[in-house]
Amino acid sequence: MADLSNYRFTASHEWVRVEGSKATLGITDHAQAQLGDVIFLELPAVGTEVKAGAKFGAIESVKAASDLYAPVSGTVSEVNAVLTDRPELVNSDPYGEGWMLRLDSASDDGGNLLDEAGYTKLVGA
Amino acid sequence: MVEFGGFDMPLQYSTIREEHIAVRTRCGLFDLSHMGEVRFSGDRALDVVQSLVTNDVARLEVGGALYGLMCNEAGGIVDDVVVYREAGAYMVVINAACRPKDVAWMGEHSAECTFEDIGDSVALLAVQGPRAVELVSSMCPDDVAALRPFHCRDSQVAGVQASVSRTGYTGEDGFELYVDAADAPGLWDSLLEAGAAEGLIPCGLGARDTLRLEAGLRLYGQDMDDTTDPYSCALGWTVKLQKGDFIGKSVLVQLDPAHPPRRFAGIELQGRAIARHGQQVLADGEAAGVVTSGTYSFTLDHSIATASLFGDVPPDAELSVDIRGTTAAATVVPLPFYRRPKGA
Repeated sequence: MADLSNYRFTASHEWVRVEGSKATLGITDHAQAQLGDVIFLELPAVGTEVKAGAKFGAIESVKAASDLYAPVSGTVSEVNAVLTDRPELVNSDPYGEGWMLRLDSASDDGGNLLDEAGYTKLVGA
Repeated sequence: MVEFGGFDMPLQYSTIREEHIAVRTRCGLFDLSHMGEVRFSGDRALDVVQSLVTNDVARLEVGGALYGLMCNEAGGIVDDVVVYREAGAYMVVINAACRPKDVAWMGEHSAECTFEDIGDSVALLAVQGPRAVELVSSMCPDDVAALRPFHCRDSQVAGVQASVSRTGYTGEDGFELYVDAADAPGLWDSLLEAGAAEGLIPCGLGARDTLRLEAGLRLYGQDMDDTTDPYSCALGWTVKLQKGDFIGKSVLVQLDPAHPPRRFAGIELQGRAIARHGQQVLADGEAAGVVTSGTYSFTLDHSIATASLFGDVPPDAELSVDIRGTTAAATVVPLPFYRRPKGA
């Protein structure tokens, strides 16, 4: 089990790890398990401004397509290009190699993020 | 688990991809007990079944099976079915979601014979994949490997009385095993145990859908419904106008099989985004039809779909699909998307 002590979570099943003004984000293990085999990701380009709570992309599995919501605001500085050809990394390593975006100037506007215990309680794991 | 036709069914046991690949390369086990079964018997059973389905049931020998459609008076498809000729009776396999509707419809049209809904007492397990025939044969006292496609015989599998049918819905070789509902859990366990060495794994509704779509097989309720005529979903081959009268024929004879109201097409999409049921298909930017089914093909490694196109869409039109606001280019390809290698 990954050490998630410095991860924060949304009720819409994204995670974020903030280090200073930089943030990395993806979707949770619970989310990937619910979606099943991830086939396709629609992610914003570098330079795009994302806003906490707003849609920033979409994820598709064989079962369903779901929107992705930003846990924090910021400017996209890096997109995980490996996921284009290997979206299954979101299934196999959602908190590591399955990361989706890195942001600069990250800020948590809403303060609605959950810690690991809060998220675990939310999904009833 | 998902609710499907009154049954709680697993969408997947492991992952859809793993289960899909198991069936394409080794073998998979499906619990299809949700499927409905009805039986027509008595002297007039053949006439009744002939009037209900589009295909020519009279050509079936005992132990033979065929795929056909049940149409309404307007030529719309009530359900797609498989008809088995038994000694002195016909068993018809129907879709779970259609069962109440089908049973009412068949009941209304079977006054001249004995009609029973036997769905609750019949369970159905399917073993599908390149190793399926060898596996089931090894558990059977009879030479079921000698069965031809769309033929079945009574036998025992792991000691359980079964009607062993060389049929399926995956595009692979294999068997469907009709057994008494009480025997199904034991048979399931026996098959899993005996199949472990062959790489058999249990498969859910998710893989069933991706497999059938690659194999170009229709799904009732998505690819066709009560308003679709057989030609508009490219199932004209099941319509035997020469066989005599049947329900819907008077309307179907007026259609031009080569130019039906809708054209059913297989399409391949650029990129990995999945086209889904109900999404709009465009031809040269104009509305041209809808996606009936779509998935990601694990065998071909790209997105595939079937579409119902307006009859006047030119065959050489540049197609695309509106996938949640993004346009994906699409190319019409012949069905099926996947055909199993010869001799496999």
